[in-house]
Amino acid sequence: MSEKMLNRALLSLLIIAPWLAHWIDEPYYVSLATRIAILALAGVGLNIALGLGGMVSFGHAAFFGIGGYVTGILASHALNYEPLFSGIFAMSGSTQMLFIWPIAMLVGAIAAIFIGLLSLRTSGVYFIMITLAFAQMIYYFSISWPNYGGEDGLPIYLRNSFPGVNTLQPIQFFMICCTILLTTLWGVSRLQDSRFGNALKALRQNETRVAAVGISPLGIKLAAFVISAMITALAGSLFADLNRFVSPTMFSWHTSGQIMIFVILGGIGRLYGPVAGAIMFILCEALLGSWTEYWQFFLGLLLLWVVLFARGGLIGLLCGDKAHD
Amino acid sequence: MDAILLLEQLLNGLQLGIMLFLIAAGLTLIFGVMGLINLAHGSLYMIGAFACAAVATWSGSFWLGLMASLTFAAAAGALIEVVIMRQLYHREHLDQVLATFALILICSEGTRWLFGSFPLYLDVPDIFYGAVNLFGVLQYSRYRLFIIVIGLFTALCIYLLINKTRIGMRIRAGAADRQMTAALGINISLLYTLVFALGAALAGFSGALVGSIQSVEVGMGEPVLILAFVVVVIGGIGSIRGALVGALLVGMVDTLGRGYLPQILQLLLDPVFANTLGAALSSIAIYLLMIVILVFKPKGLFPAHG
Repeated sequence: MSEKMLNRALLSLLIIAPWLAHWIDEPYYVSLATRIAILALAGVGLNIALGLGGMVSFGHAAFFGIGGYVTGILASHALNYEPLFSGIFAMSGSTQMLFIWPIAMLVGAIAAIFIGLLSLRTSGVYFIMITLAFAQMIYYFSISWPNYGGEDGLPIYLRNSFPGVNTLQPIQFFMICCTILLTTLWGVSRLQDSRFGNALKALRQNETRVAAVGISPLGIKLAAFVISAMITALAGSLFADLNRFVSPTMFSWHTSGQIMIFVILGGIGRLYGPVAGAIMFILCEALLGSWTEYWQFFLGLLLLWVVLFARGGLIGLLCGDKAHD
Repeated sequence: MDAILLLEQLLNGLQLGIMLFLIAAGLTLIFGVMGLINLAHGSLYMIGAFACAAVATWSGSFWLGLMASLTFAAAAGALIEVVIMRQLYHREHLDQVLATFALILICSEGTRWLFGSFPLYLDVPDIFYGAVNLFGVLQYSRYRLFIIVIGLFTALCIYLLINKTRIGMRIRAGAADRQMTAALGINISLLYTLVFALGAALAGFSGALVGSIQSVEVGMGEPVLILAFVVVVIGGIGSIRGALVGALLVGMVDTLGRGYLPQILQLLLDPVFANTLGAALSSIAIYLLMIVILVFKPKGLFPAHG
């Protein structure tokens, strides 16, 4: 099977299945598909750092959680009519997605610049560990800082709104998430083949050579890291709206691990890898979860098998090895 | 009064540091010798604690439980090394992270399956109940003191094993240059299994020791694992000496930060705000420490290979 066909099949599945569920009036499956779309988006974000740039970030939960908390905090301020800041930088909360998303991405980007500048000084294991440490830092901070719910998390009483769309209706919210995912996939496919994308892929293979032809590795890597974080933050914002709840769990290292799993299950470095991975993961969770309470045991076995014996993930298994890039 | 409290906090910091060292020593050895990131090290810590609790409950003897923790964790470590880890030595770090993350899922859920979700309780033996009088001024928990002593003793044993014995020499040689060591006729794969089992035994042992203070439950290894990674990264991956320094540093900073940071901030800020900020900052103090150290010394305090 060609990779292109498989990608189309995956997308059609992701789009058609929730509509079927909608027609037979099963909103649970619609929200399941929405979760898949959102988590796939987070994976697409991580895949830019991990798959294209070879930066093994074990701290993407930080950006996922930041997106979620920005959403929760803005919404709670708007619903309580408390201004977020007063004085010169006066700003009130908002429940408008079109306003929340850019802020979530902006805050994610600022965090990523800061984390990236410090982390990219290191490489290899140290990079993995320092990104993990940053995420843990934010995790513990969110637990011990009481203003926005602390350990209990922060509920979002009403899903934020989008002009002309009733976001409370599952299928409409799904369409928003799905559109964002498709737009991002298109954007990333353009990015991959751009000069920037080529430089990034070259950096993954040999940093010294790229530097020797006159491209500064740090700038490219940092830019990729920031873009990757912004997409993950956007996914976090949508995830908060889906659950209407944010909690420190979004920052936990299990979340980082999970986002990584989406990328690996699907096939690392492939555009649609995270989509395939998220579909597999969520379906596993739903199917195994209904069969046994200990579904993570089997998820672990599956993951171990993929890492040890099926390194290309699902797409690699069905389509064969990736062409050299 | 304040001096007594400080002394107590210092001892608590030392106790945390020593425990972290036992875990981090295995982690750093496994990385130094095999080049493997082992996220499942926390699971071995958990396995040790569960083995100790189960055997201690069954036999009624804490000491048998402690022996069981060493044996079971070492056996589990050897099994994991032979079946899974061997395939990972030549892989990228990403594969190692994922495979060992998968192992965490398997171990945690497997343990939950066997023992249920409720925490097990592990009683300390009678002779360690109550407090002991130190220096005539300080009442300090006997059991914590026991942990400090046995931890220091174990640390000394590790030092002697690595630096003064033939097997330790082979381990150091393996860490310095794998291929050359193998070329000199040393059975590298046996050495690897041994190092892995040793690290696992240390982790399991500390899990059993700490399990009597805290509860023995699924997921107990994860916070410790991340602390141990912080220790290893601060100390320099692969360096035992670095792990010792890093562990003591992390133990002290964490304990003293939690004890004193809110008070120090109160001198400068509004008390309520100072308490909140102090609590939040002290929970992230060690990560700040790690980041500062990595910014100045990207390879940790004692880089293992030059």
